[in-house]
Amino acid sequence: MELDKKVLHLIENDARLSAKTMAVMLDEDEEKIAAIIDKLESEKYILGYNTIINWERMGNDGVTALIDVKVTPEREVGFSRVAERICRFPEVRCVYLMSGTYDLSVTVTGETMQDVARFVSHKLSTLDQVQSTTTHFVLKRYKQDNFVFEEPQEDKRLVVSP
Amino acid sequence: MSSMSSYISGVVQELPPSGIRKFFDLVTQTEGVISLGVGEPDFVTPWHVREACFYSLEKGYTMYTSNLGLPELREEIAAYEKRKIGVSYSPADEILVTVGVSEAVDLALRALIEPGDEVLVPEPSYVSYAPGTKLVYGKPVPLLTYDADEYRLRPDILEKAITPRSKVLILPFPNNPTGGIMKAEDLQALVDIIIKNDLIVLSDEIYAELTYEGEHVSIASFPGMRDRTIVFNGFSKAFAMTGWRIGYACGHPDIINAMNKIHQYTIMCAPIMAQMAAIEALRHGEGEMRKMVDNYNYRRKLMLNGFTQIGLSCFEPRGAFYCFPSIKNSGMNSEDFCEKLLKEEKVAVVPGNAFGNCGEGYIRCCYAASVGNIEEAIERMGHFLARHRKG
Repeated sequence: MELDKKVLHLIENDARLSAKTMAVMLDEDEEKIAAIIDKLESEKYILGYNTIINWERMGNDGVTALIDVKVTPEREVGFSRVAERICRFPEVRCVYLMSGTYDLSVTVTGETMQDVARFVSHKLSTLDQVQSTTTHFVLKRYKQDNFVFEEPQEDKRLVVSP
Repeated sequence: MSSMSSYISGVVQELPPSGIRKFFDLVTQTEGVISLGVGEPDFVTPWHVREACFYSLEKGYTMYTSNLGLPELREEIAAYEKRKIGVSYSPADEILVTVGVSEAVDLALRALIEPGDEVLVPEPSYVSYAPGTKLVYGKPVPLLTYDADEYRLRPDILEKAITPRSKVLILPFPNNPTGGIMKAEDLQALVDIIIKNDLIVLSDEIYAELTYEGEHVSIASFPGMRDRTIVFNGFSKAFAMTGWRIGYACGHPDIINAMNKIHQYTIMCAPIMAQMAAIEALRHGEGEMRKMVDNYNYRRKLMLNGFTQIGLSCFEPRGAFYCFPSIKNSGMNSEDFCEKLLKEEKVAVVPGNAFGNCGEGYIRCCYAASVGNIEEAIERMGHFLARHRKG
């Protein structure tokens, strides 16, 4: 379990580390590390591997919106059934249950603002349990999953020092 | 421009220029270099520490502090050293906050050494002990440490080097550049010799937190050693605060007081913003520091394994963040090796002889570098060795 955690910490910030490299870093067999990764993947401790891309720089002008959703919880299942339903839409990137003035925070991406607006008015608001929505469009991303977007990642150290 | 060199004092004229300086110029002229030549962490100072410094400036902390350093900082240092090495120091008169450990070592040498006194300096070691000794007209006496002894200081080598003029022993462990450490039993073997010969020990423990096998042990924690040892530590390595220039010395009040006399006339006090940041580092920084240490340890194994794969024989470093492999089977001396490696493969490492003559035949490689750079550098070094290997 301790080793599983160490592996997860290592690949959390660099998913491209090979089992071979991690094996050396952790003083373990390559096969053992590979088996741990397989297990973590098949048991869904590792859900997948993403790439964080600065799409704006590629000239892509897709839009992202964070939508606050108030819903009516249902007997026995609470918020889960409606949350799971919202998760199924492919344009939905994240769904969180929140404390505070609204219940679900839903992150949606689309090609244009109209796409997102259409999703909200046609798909989301029309669900029986949804009472209201408030849509916030993202204007600029500064930091995501530990990566700062515009900051050059240069090594500021002297190249040789005692 | 006419030469002014005849005005320079004899002792300074005779100081050799740092071997690292020359190499530094060469590296900066080359493009696309992967540098394993650095002597500092690749982490930026943790944000909460930097933020504490801003906050102190906003609140207007821009003035001198007590010569010894801010009382709160000395209290934190006392608590930290008690936790770490199990020795108690009074914040009132046994701790001096300095501009890095470099200043503290200089103060100690100036406070202790009379012209002609001998200072025992293990080699290879950090570059400043011998010049610091010469500047106060002392005589540095090298104590060689060896690959085969895992770069520990052997008691017989210490004993043999002692003369009636021997006054100070420097113990720079964990060691830069070798990564050697002194375990409790290694230190125990020196204690009787030190006491019998009435030596003062300057224990430079700047890399103490970066110990990968067991816990760091300080010689100050042995019976009879506390009062004849000055413990040096700082924030540069463990807390990734090299540029803040902040360190400290702990020891007997008479010695700390003597060091403070020089400090008050030359430096006055360490910068207050660095002291404020250091307080934050000691109060809330140990968690982050532990993570950095784990990270160095991973990369230590990666570099060591890589060197073995390409046939570079290397003692397993147990502290600091350097590997110190032998390059003897290349048939080149350290400086030639480093220059050629830089020119042909664009990898910068530091020639071992920069850390004393007995470092000849070795190179220092710092693993405070990204995993990608370490792997790439090892691959390039492998190509280089394959071309140049003798016999």
